[in-house]
Amino acid sequence: MSVEFSAWQLILNGDAALFAIVRLSLAVSLSAVALAALIGMPLGALVALTRFPGRSVLVVLLNAMMGLPPVVVGLAVYLLLSRSGPLGSMGILFTPTAMIIAQTVLIIPIIAALTRQTIEDLWAEYRDELTAMDVSQAGRMATLLWDARFSLLTALLAGFGRAAAEVGAVMIVGGNIDGFTRTMTTAVALETSKGNLPLAMGLGLVLVAIVLAINAAAWGTRVWSERQAG
Amino acid sequence: MAFRFSSFVSALLLTSLAGLAPASAQDRSIVVASTTSTQDSGLFGYLLPLFKAKANIDVKVIAQGTGQALDTARRGDADVVFVHAKSQEEKFVADGFGVKRFDVMYNDFVLIGPKSDPAGVKGKDIETALKAIQTKAAPFVSRGDKSGTHSAELALWKVAGVDIAATKGPWYREIGQGMGPALNTAGAMNGYVLADRGTWISFKNRGELEIAVEGDKRLFNQYGVMLVNPEKFPSVKKEFGQAFVDWLISTEGQAAIAAYKIDGQQLFFPNAEKKGS
Repeated sequence: MSVEFSAWQLILNGDAALFAIVRLSLAVSLSAVALAALIGMPLGALVALTRFPGRSVLVVLLNAMMGLPPVVVGLAVYLLLSRSGPLGSMGILFTPTAMIIAQTVLIIPIIAALTRQTIEDLWAEYRDELTAMDVSQAGRMATLLWDARFSLLTALLAGFGRAAAEVGAVMIVGGNIDGFTRTMTTAVALETSKGNLPLAMGLGLVLVAIVLAINAAAWGTRVWSERQAG
Repeated sequence: MAFRFSSFVSALLLTSLAGLAPASAQDRSIVVASTTSTQDSGLFGYLLPLFKAKANIDVKVIAQGTGQALDTARRGDADVVFVHAKSQEEKFVADGFGVKRFDVMYNDFVLIGPKSDPAGVKGKDIETALKAIQTKAAPFVSRGDKSGTHSAELALWKVAGVDIAATKGPWYREIGQGMGPALNTAGAMNGYVLADRGTWISFKNRGELEIAVEGDKRLFNQYGVMLVNPEKFPSVKKEFGQAFVDWLISTEGQAAIAAYKIDGQQLFFPNAEKKGS
């Protein structure tokens, strides 16, 4: 009974620290989704529409990388951004920027792989028409991505779900610094390690509720815009 | 189109990175690599606002085991290290990664065990207790993460005359995690575990666990602080980092450490000597 109590109490009291954590989690994960979409969607479409030697290998690789362990991605980005690493002079380790980079790397394969499948399926449908109209490769990609936009929403949500849920990467590159790089998931990990299980569970439920709300909003938007688009 | 798109993406990435990267001129903050005990016990939550009010410097704490915290600093990713494994710290300074090490405070380790006390160690000294645990193969949870507490535990096995690397069986469980998870694990498997008193006092999920052995002077736990060597890493914020070190060992900082209590119990005892090593 007291499991969610402490966390809900924080919400009801408008706890500033909790809102800062929620805000950071959303800012980091949504930025990562936006960046990963900008890279992953054209990449997925490109792989779907072109034929070259080793393409099947790339497709398998993309699909496999959907299962990249967050902790491995975190470690790789950590070593890149460390002062002793190649990008150390940027001084962005243990900042939200580093967390965005790590999550972006983590979800590019998810968005790219799901986009590739979606576009390839749609291409089967559009092939004759687009070939007959002699549309350029870039034009085909743009047309297919636009026409598949409602299905691609699922790819974005899959990416967002992965980013919002992971703890391994943000813990390593962010450092879980109080008031600066602490997210929902690292806060849950911290409270668990302090033996404060009710608060940890409560924070977990808050996270699930937020992810649910975002998915509901995305679904609503999709239904609404499909209606608009006829 | 594809070309324009990729240049747009890289432009966007660059601007977002530039916008979010810390502006070093105005950034009055330091990164302190420290241990889970100082954070999980709530000590930093108490000390840092006091230091911020005094010096207007934000302290960003990365809480890791002592070994990992020193490694973070060895890569130049922290300005100050605040940990508890004197021999590892002295090596860190001797290798040129740290400027000078200062004693800050101490508390002690306690052997935690289930109330049922299957190895019968309650009230014994630590040497007898560890021998009994090994002889009876009672479940024992080891941090196994090169932390200060892990180093202390390994040293205590040596004191007890137990070659733990050679004799450990399924009863000896290395979990490779922080103090809190180790206590959670010990609670779940009715095992013994070595913990620092600070984390134990602030730990909330005690279940059937209680203190089995305490007060043995071999359970002493010294904390030290040092500035990462700016000659090795020019990125180290020398002035702000040193200000934090100086404050911790100042009369004011020491009084603040002594004043931190949970339920009336003092967690850490200041013992800075100022001269450093």
